[in-house]
Amino acid sequence: MYCLGSVGLILLVLTVQNGYGVPDSAVWNKEETSERNYYTRYHNMTEISEWMEQMKRENPDVVSSLVYGQTYEKRNITLMKIGLNSTVRKKAIWMDCGIHAREWIAPAFCQYFVEKILQTYKHDTKMNEMMKNLDFYVTPVLNVDGYIFSWLNESTRLWRKNRSPGTEKCTCFGTDLNRNFYANWGMVGVSTDCCAQTYCGTKAISEPEAQAVTDMLVKMSGDILAFLTIHSYSQLILVPYGHPNISAPNYDELMEVGLGAAKAIKDVHGMDYTVGTSPDVLYPNSGSSRDFARLIGIPLSFTFELRDKGEHGFLLPEDQIQPTCEEAYAGAHHIISYAHDKAFYSSAATITAKLWATLLAACITTATLGRM
Amino acid sequence: MFWRLVFVLLILTVDHGNSTLMPKIGTEPSVGSGQLQNSFLPGLDNLTTTAKEGEVVEVENVMMTGVLHPSHYPARRAATVVQHYLNTRYGSPYRWVFLSTVHKGSAEDVTDIGRKYHLELTVQDTISNVSGRCSAELVFPEGAEQGAPQVNASCDELLQSNTTAQEEVFYQQHIASNNPVSGDNIPDSHGHMEPTMKPFWHLGGVASSFIMLRESNESTMYNMAQVANFTQLETENNQLRFQYHVLLHEMVSQEIIHWKLLVTWSPAEGVKVLQTELQPKCHCEVPPNTTK
Repeated sequence: MYCLGSVGLILLVLTVQNGYGVPDSAVWNKEETSERNYYTRYHNMTEISEWMEQMKRENPDVVSSLVYGQTYEKRNITLMKIGLNSTVRKKAIWMDCGIHAREWIAPAFCQYFVEKILQTYKHDTKMNEMMKNLDFYVTPVLNVDGYIFSWLNESTRLWRKNRSPGTEKCTCFGTDLNRNFYANWGMVGVSTDCCAQTYCGTKAISEPEAQAVTDMLVKMSGDILAFLTIHSYSQLILVPYGHPNISAPNYDELMEVGLGAAKAIKDVHGMDYTVGTSPDVLYPNSGSSRDFARLIGIPLSFTFELRDKGEHGFLLPEDQIQPTCEEAYAGAHHIISYAHDKAFYSSAATITAKLWATLLAACITTATLGRM
Repeated sequence: MFWRLVFVLLILTVDHGNSTLMPKIGTEPSVGSGQLQNSFLPGLDNLTTTAKEGEVVEVENVMMTGVLHPSHYPARRAATVVQHYLNTRYGSPYRWVFLSTVHKGSAEDVTDIGRKYHLELTVQDTISNVSGRCSAELVFPEGAEQGAPQVNASCDELLQSNTTAQEEVFYQQHIASNNPVSGDNIPDSHGHMEPTMKPFWHLGGVASSFIMLRESNESTMYNMAQVANFTQLETENNQLRFQYHVLLHEMVSQEIIHWKLLVTWSPAEGVKVLQTELQPKCHCEVPPNTTK
């Protein structure tokens, strides 16, 4: 009698249990009607700022914004915080775009990503669950000064760095923000020439933009499950670290999740994204935001390098914005789901399963002994 | 008692609420562990960290030798050089190829010669979308002057795709023209170009391949970022002639490098680059607080 009850409950466990590694729920519906025209064009900083306000207005219960720093030219660095309200402190996913000014597809993706999660969370169970358990912190444009500069005219389009002025001895502008973080700063893959594209700054976190991100990450580090920083081009998913002789303690996990994301990307439009550390698949580098995130303990930290592989490079045509965003979304969703499920399902499920198994064993033993 | 236990277990199972599980806080990174892909023979990277003012700090690489991982950068940089070579040989306003995949690669040191690579790769023509598999051998010469890489490559099918008709029409359209054609910012900031500009974009890419091939070494990876402008010059010897100003993107340094080229083309002779001129990097911005 007791045993029957136990067996029944075990069956309940098996149906209800939801470990990570379960295939992603339907996240990208291929038959979905076309996105609104807005998300198939590039937008300047004014438009993006207005769009952020509009997202807040249209979704006041789930979207808020936060100014978390100032650029060199004293502009606001703003993130959007997206998630269902909660009385308890929530875990977080961090995404930033546009740390390099000329990589226009990146801010376009951040916009697409926000729109997509807002569109889907009401009827997609998985996204709804994640919105309940997590907050998404999305910075559509991190290097605001650089981005604005790249929109000035055709000759500024390929600007990369921020817009802080050079030193006494050097009249060039700009520091490469993705070489300025406190992560093996200045060690490899950088230039100390302030005119160079990979100039790492006068010291680690010399740049206000890098300082702003650093402050937020340090404040939130215990809560951030995954850190995604979006770039272009080359079609890569990069895992920490950028230094060839240093490896992340969870390298295997990072590769596994990265490869899963690349598979999800390929399933959308057939595009190949290569996964690996930067020193393996691209070049060694230090001072990146991705490395800093991993160093302070954020377990899943990735750089996305979006389309293409060199044909258009930074000048990706607008008719490729949508397919690029669709595939990148699938990749990001894979990583975020993994991070979410790992935090919210793993330990509870394992312990519970073990207890059930023990109970059943005890029950059977008792019954058997009883009959003897 | 028994049912109380069962009840507790049930609650645990069904409760999918917030876990207080903290993500594992990363320990200090382990230095020098064996995480490098084991696809090459001894020759692990050594570190050089001292940098003088203005120096590019790079890891002092003892170059990878033996079998190469096909998706790691040494094979991919070498394969991109093969791509540039193929474009110099076979490119035209209607044929422009790009590296798709590296299948296999290996590298060896050859005394007094340099570094020799063997590669199996697939390239794709961006215009016809035809793909072709190629075998290639390439040598990066050693020595201070570091001449251009030498490439030998053969590809199946791909380069037999029939572009003759289009090329002939394009050639005839412009050869006797009293209206020399010109254009700028191809593609523009938004990635767009007029359809009539496309063949000139391809031609710019192919012409750039001559420079990119010549300038390439194991520490570079080049793509053409944009045709800044081009102008048609007077026809000479039945060749269309153009002055091109192209922007090259060098991936490792992330620099944008300006080149002016004198380019000729005809269906019969193919693309030739007669002159190249490196444009100086313009550090022409005035710092904000200049009073004098």
